[in-house]
Amino acid sequence: MEFVPNIIGFACQWCTYAGADLAGNLRCKYPPTVKLIKVPCSGRVKPEYVMQALAQGADGVLVGGCHFGDCHYKDGNHKTKNRMDMLKSMLGDLGFDPRRFRREWISGAEGKKFAEVITDFTKELIELGPNPLKGGENNG
Amino acid sequence: MAKVGVYVCHCGSNIGGVVDVEDVCKHAETLSDVVVSRQNLFMCSDPGQEIIRQDINNGLVDKVVVAACTPRTHEPIFRKVLEGEGLNKYLFEMANIRDQDSWVHANDKAGATAKAKQIVASAVAKARNLQPLEDKYVDVTKAALVIGGGVAGIFAALDLANMGNKVYLVEKEPSIGGVMAQLDKTFPTNDCSACILTPVMVDAGTHPNIELLTYSEIDSVEGYIGNFDVKIRRKQAYVDWEKCTGCGACADACPAKTPDAFNAGLNNRGAAYIHFPQAVPKKAVIDMTHCINCGGRKIGSEPKISKKTGNPILAPCEKACPAGAINRSVAVDEGGRIMDVKVGAIVVATGYKVMEKENFKNLAPDSPNVLTALQLERLISATGPTGGQFLRPGDGKKPHTISFLSCVGSRDERHHTHCSRVCCMYMIKQAKLLKEKYPDLEIYMHFMDVRTPGKDFDEYYTGAIDMGINIIRGRVGGIDTLPEGNLRVMGYDSDLAANIEIDADLVVLATAIELQDDIKPFAQKLSLTLDGSGFFKELHPKLKPVDTPVEGIFLAGCCQGPKDIPDTVAQAKGAAASAAVPLSQGRVRINPTISEVNQEKCSGCGICEPLCPYAAISMIENVAGHPRARIEMTQCKGCGVCTTACPSTAIQLYGYTEDQIMAQICALTA
Ligand SMILES: Cc1cc2nc3c(=O)[nH]c(=O)nc-3n(C[C@H](O)[C@H](O)[C@H](O)COP(=O)(O)OP(=O)(O)OC[C@H]3O[C@@H](n4cnc5c(N)ncnc54)[C@H](O)[C@@H]3O)c2cc1C
Ligand code: SF4
Ligand code: SF4
Ligand code: FES
Repeated sequence: MEFVPNIIGFACQWCTYAGADLAGNLRCKYPPTVKLIKVPCSGRVKPEYVMQALAQGADGVLVGGCHFGDCHYKDGNHKTKNRMDMLKSMLGDLGFDPRRFRREWISGAEGKKFAEVITDFTKELIELGPNPLKGGENNG
Repeated sequence: MAKVGVYVCHCGSNIGGVVDVEDVCKHAETLSDVVVSRQNLFMCSDPGQEIIRQDINNGLVDKVVVAACTPRTHEPIFRKVLEGEGLNKYLFEMANIRDQDSWVHANDKAGATAKAKQIVASAVAKARNLQPLEDKYVDVTKAALVIGGGVAGIFAALDLANMGNKVYLVEKEPSIGGVMAQLDKTFPTNDCSACILTPVMVDAGTHPNIELLTYSEIDSVEGYIGNFDVKIRRKQAYVDWEKCTGCGACADACPAKTPDAFNAGLNNRGAAYIHFPQAVPKKAVIDMTHCINCGGRKIGSEPKISKKTGNPILAPCEKACPAGAINRSVAVDEGGRIMDVKVGAIVVATGYKVMEKENFKNLAPDSPNVLTALQLERLISATGPTGGQFLRPGDGKKPHTISFLSCVGSRDERHHTHCSRVCCMYMIKQAKLLKEKYPDLEIYMHFMDVRTPGKDFDEYYTGAIDMGINIIRGRVGGIDTLPEGNLRVMGYDSDLAANIEIDADLVVLATAIELQDDIKPFAQKLSLTLDGSGFFKELHPKLKPVDTPVEGIFLAGCCQGPKDIPDTVAQAKGAAASAAVPLSQGRVRINPTISEVNQEKCSGCGICEPLCPYAAISMIENVAGHPRARIEMTQCKGCGVCTTACPSTAIQLYGYTEDQIMAQICALTA
């Protein structure tokens, strides 16, 4: 069977989640790979959640927040950047290809960008193959 | 054990046409704790809601999942259903299978159905872990802040004040009035702008409930709906407004010269000036950045004494003022003075600016005979630099041929993709006014297309054609300067399907409407966001057109998007009515989806305290004298930044708890 990557997306309700809704309004097309977990701010996302998702077999994880200066809670996304950049640098050592994780700033006005990011991420994950814990190769 | 009901919506064919709803329902019934799953053509309709009501009423379900559109619009509707049946409204979760599924995967029905099942599973997983939450209430300060004193801000302030609320109307310029005060006549009725605006400005200036704070800016905004703490900076005017009578003697005496923004830079004003003749309040200010200190009298220095007369040598402005309102010997704070106010609601009505002609290098911006439309308004206004005489700025000659160019910077990938909405109409207005007064004038109007959607607007336009005004469809590529200050307009006429060249002695550019350059830092002070075109973003384009993501802050006028005066006033009155809701309720609900510290689990490490963007966390001592974190309910906005950071998982963000998120991750990787 064709490999359809399973992507879990943690999406800030003010931007990326709204951007995903806008992609729908605009009838953008992207592969049905991503499922969003809505959070109030990307600053609510613990790096552990990303790890947990990968450890349980998700093929890719996205954390979506507001652009700098647009965070609804002033600077929650700066904290996200620090936390997630650190996580990304450690993923290899934890046995996962860092490309399985993306941190993106997608605003509520960027429906098209949301669709593009998911399309691109899906393509990359197909190249990487399934999560190593689900029988994929460990390319970390 | 939870009893979860799952209700899947077809949304007409929006969902049902793509997703196999039957299959999704069947799958939902296999999930833990799901006791029933049902479907309906429109879950949000009355019959749809009734299905949920009955299941709750019959004791069948105690937690509800609706798989439909987006919680951003529909969560409140379904929460009300729960509330109506006496079930805690926070025991509800939505699965977004339309906006984030059927709409975007219409070409992959199997994929969309598989994804819908996973989204529902994730929502059910969260629902199983939901806890009832309790709304709390705080009292409201019965006062409003209106930022921006254009026609939008004035009308919003008047309505709020007439409802009995105290209103602070903050305007950064010395007078209220905004762009409308600069206009000559206004479409579609051609009444004189000043004649209809001035009385309203006076009303606002004299209303017992309105405190007019002009020449002032917002320094900071803290707090939340019902209780905003606002710091307003009253800029330093260097004129004692208590004494100033607005006679203008200082302005006449001041030898400094700087472009007069009110006249769109067509002439100069002094450093001491009065904003415009009908200003409200009519008070002078000295703009210190342009004061040339001609009298050798720095602010706060004692005057030299004349050897001849023995009298102090005063600066011209001081000397001229018959009211003694200017005294340069007093050392005043150049930063002005900060005023603290507390308000329950805020209306943002900061308006717009038009693009300057300098942005369009191909349109001969250096020629004094190329004007922006706003400059033309000033040129033909009776209070303008020529006293209303229609003479071109380059040489004071009367123009014979005039060309109007539409969409300059609008609907143009290089500048703004949006339509500025008012330009077609005001150009037609300007052309008609000129043609009426000077029938011999040749007028050419270059339009991409003419947009006149509004009451009596198209009749207004056809009237212009009847008057003999030449309408040309097609874009202008460039303007060449000719000898004697004349201009050659080179464009395309799509009706002739040919390039055309027209020599004109005056060219008017309808430049795009955009927000001010310094709008970003201002937006950040209020935590507001901008949309793709750079205007303030409303909460929902159709259903919440004056609301913003920040509860208690509303939008009115052109700051939300280009619009004409009738639409601006309508929106201002809408914003005032919305802002009045919390003020008249007297109390506002505190969202319970905020964070709380479990004192038992907190180790007192203090990591969370500096992280909170609202300083809601403080370290207190518990009975045993150990430090413990505490979150102030009214200050927490529920971002969860602290929750994420706490190494002891002592902080819980209700509505987005650790268990709930972990359960969703499990469901999505099952
Ligand atoms: C050339 C031209 C001709 C027009 N002719 C017509 C016409 O004939 N008929 C018609 O219906 N419409 C016309 N319009 C449109 C009209 O100008 C607008 O609809 C109207 O001015 C919008 O009012 P507003 O209050 O939203 O904004 P503005 O008029 O821009 O007022 C905003 C006010 O807020 C103040 N402000 C801005 N930022 C701050 C801040 N940070 N703090 C405090 N104060 C601030 C500004 O100083 C200003 O006083 C025309 C527009 C142009 C450009
Ligand atoms: S969730 Fe925490 S960090 Fe965010 S506002 Fe509330 S107390 Fe502050
Ligand atoms: S981070 Fe957690 S443990 Fe540390 S003080 Fe804050 S609540 Fe207590
Ligand atoms: S609110 Fe979107 S990242 Fe903070």
